[in-house]
Amino acid sequence: MTAATGQVAEQAERAGSPRQRRRRRARASRGDARLALWLILPTVALLAAVIGYPVIYAVVQSLKLDKADAGLDATGFFQSGGKYVGSKYYSYWFNCGSKCPNGTTGHEFWPAVSTTVIFTVITVIFEVVLGTVMALVMHRAFRGRSLVRAAILVPWAIPTAVTALMWKYMFQPHGVINAVLGTHIIWTGSEWPARWAVIIADVWKTTPFIALLVLAGLQVIPDELYESAKVDGASAWQRFFSLTLPLVKPALLVAALFRILDVLRIYDLPAILTGGANNTTTLSILAVDELRSSPNSAAALSTITFVFIFVVAFILVRIFSVNVVQTQARTVKA
Amino acid sequence: MQYRRLMVVAVAVLTTVALATSCSSSKKKSGESGSGGGAGDRGPITMVQGKDTSGILPPIAALWNKDHPNEKVTMRQQTDQADQQHDDLVQHFQAKDPSYDVVSVDVIWTAEFAAKQWLVPLKGDFAVDTSALLAGPVKAATYAGTLYAAPESSDGGLLYYRKDLVPTAPTTYAELIADCAKKTAGMACYSGQFAKYEGLTCNASEAINSSGGQIVKDDGKTPDVETAAAKSGLDFLVNGFKQGYIAKEAITYQEEESREAFQSGNAMFLRNWPYVYNHLAQDKDSKVKDKFGVAPLPGLNGPGTSTLGGHNFAISQYSKHKATALDFLKFIMSGPAQNVLLNVGSLAPVLKASYSDPALIAKFGYLPTLEKSIDTAIPRPVTPFYPKVTQTIETNVYQALQGSLSVDAALKNIQAGITQAANG
Repeated sequence: MTAATGQVAEQAERAGSPRQRRRRRARASRGDARLALWLILPTVALLAAVIGYPVIYAVVQSLKLDKADAGLDATGFFQSGGKYVGSKYYSYWFNCGSKCPNGTTGHEFWPAVSTTVIFTVITVIFEVVLGTVMALVMHRAFRGRSLVRAAILVPWAIPTAVTALMWKYMFQPHGVINAVLGTHIIWTGSEWPARWAVIIADVWKTTPFIALLVLAGLQVIPDELYESAKVDGASAWQRFFSLTLPLVKPALLVAALFRILDVLRIYDLPAILTGGANNTTTLSILAVDELRSSPNSAAALSTITFVFIFVVAFILVRIFSVNVVQTQARTVKA
Repeated sequence: MQYRRLMVVAVAVLTTVALATSCSSSKKKSGESGSGGGAGDRGPITMVQGKDTSGILPPIAALWNKDHPNEKVTMRQQTDQADQQHDDLVQHFQAKDPSYDVVSVDVIWTAEFAAKQWLVPLKGDFAVDTSALLAGPVKAATYAGTLYAAPESSDGGLLYYRKDLVPTAPTTYAELIADCAKKTAGMACYSGQFAKYEGLTCNASEAINSSGGQIVKDDGKTPDVETAAAKSGLDFLVNGFKQGYIAKEAITYQEEESREAFQSGNAMFLRNWPYVYNHLAQDKDSKVKDKFGVAPLPGLNGPGTSTLGGHNFAISQYSKHKATALDFLKFIMSGPAQNVLLNVGSLAPVLKASYSDPALIAKFGYLPTLEKSIDTAIPRPVTPFYPKVTQTIETNVYQALQGSLSVDAALKNIQAGITQAANG
């Protein structure tokens, strides 16, 4: 404690003219670098242990033969697996398609890819639009604003498992949704109703997340900009599209990126709501299904999913970051 | 300087902890080869099973602990989801965890766990006497000719029917469909479990077996579903949805939803397990209290065949107190323990004698019917590849029920799927 305050005082004393500071920094840099190394080492070690090790372990496992695929010996015991089989499991997932009979996990791979992508595209579009609207509402000053803000955030605060169960009850044939709509749709009994059930529940739950990030973006836009725009005679629509949207775009893109990566690995909501039936099996659900019978094959699928999400993230970050820079440059020029 | 020293200490501590954990896990691995010979050691044991929804664990533990003060049993509960219970057991077996001594194994997992050598075979020093038990449950605990677990409770499907509307229960599918005319308006006729999950495999295999078909041949792995008998069995369910004697919404039913439909007076027939009996007879909101009867399942040309449910207790290969665990297995198959399971939890006994006990029959009117059901029951395929087998059955039957796949195509896929499952 005393050492810490001593150092702070010392640093304050050191602060002289910029030139002096620069000279001092050069002298201290080797020591600082070493300190910095020690400071980040625990984090790096922890990340290596909880992220690096499992990822590498999964990749290694995906190249080895599973015990459950090693065949039975005369006494009915599984022979030992573990020998390297190369891309056996990867080709099972990619090339199985028509060769594997309906009902096997290999047959479900490509449908699971398309289901995952469909969920991602539709939910993120809805969430971005609704989230932006919600943020605009939360941003305005009016009576009862704090109540509206709290109400909008409630779905985000509810655990996903609870959300899924809640919507499962509401989507039952005699549930509240059919009662309100006056319909007799068996929501979890066929393909598109089941998919819409998942999409509606996911949008309901995570729109507040986007709204929250967009709201943060809105709050840093200075009011003077709007005032001068008004003076210049810009209509409300012009102000939204030429002012609000470009300025909030960086926050919006980050929020959308987070959501895209999140939905690509979605598991809990469809797993509880529909059990993966009626083409709502996502890549993560398929991986867990496969884990039950063949862990090494499931490791291969997890690796494929990981690489897929990684590539999508990489591409989006590249596109988005360029945009972010351009937006800022344009704003500065204007 | 102070900071740096602190960091060094922190890193050193972290590294030591990491090393210590890795050491202890390797110790566990080397330790397990130490046991062996005789029936193992004695000491306190832990029994693991799914969530105890019916409150059987406290009385069972009390009954055992009274006579075994030095080898007390600790009850450990998993979740109430069967899939998660299976995964939890697999993880603990893979970690060679000695803290799971006795595990409750669903009949359909027994073969898989036995083939992976996680269960102690009950032979030689570990042999148990099963002569007083029903044959079906013992067969379901046997893999490749060796008994691997002690049957704890059994289960068989029953047909619940509205005796106020149909005085005598139908014994064939044709009779059942004809009886549908007697239902009141707004009521569904037949109800079962048709959502895409394990319960659908039970319902589908019952329909196939009840029509004289079979899913696998006697060797337990060669599929045999591309037959006329299997087709007519599946047709009974598929036509139910087509012709309307099964309600459209039944495609979402698991056990509880189907019970709810019958209990609220919205279905005339219900295929379900014995646990439903007490709900129908005693629940406050039951609208069918004195209006329902219990019968064996119907079939194509006479009484049908139930699938076999239930749980077995097995000793983990990694238990340190196997001798005590063995005694616990013998205890759970004994009269006093079986009575507790039936009286407290309504679990179907595995002892033959329980089914002819007049006191029990007076209390549980369905026992004679249940005995018939279990006696003729056919287990679901006893195979170490069960997860793949049930997945292919569930998926194809579900699509057939929805009408997006013909019955012939579904059976063809199941045939191919089971063949592929066994060949890796």
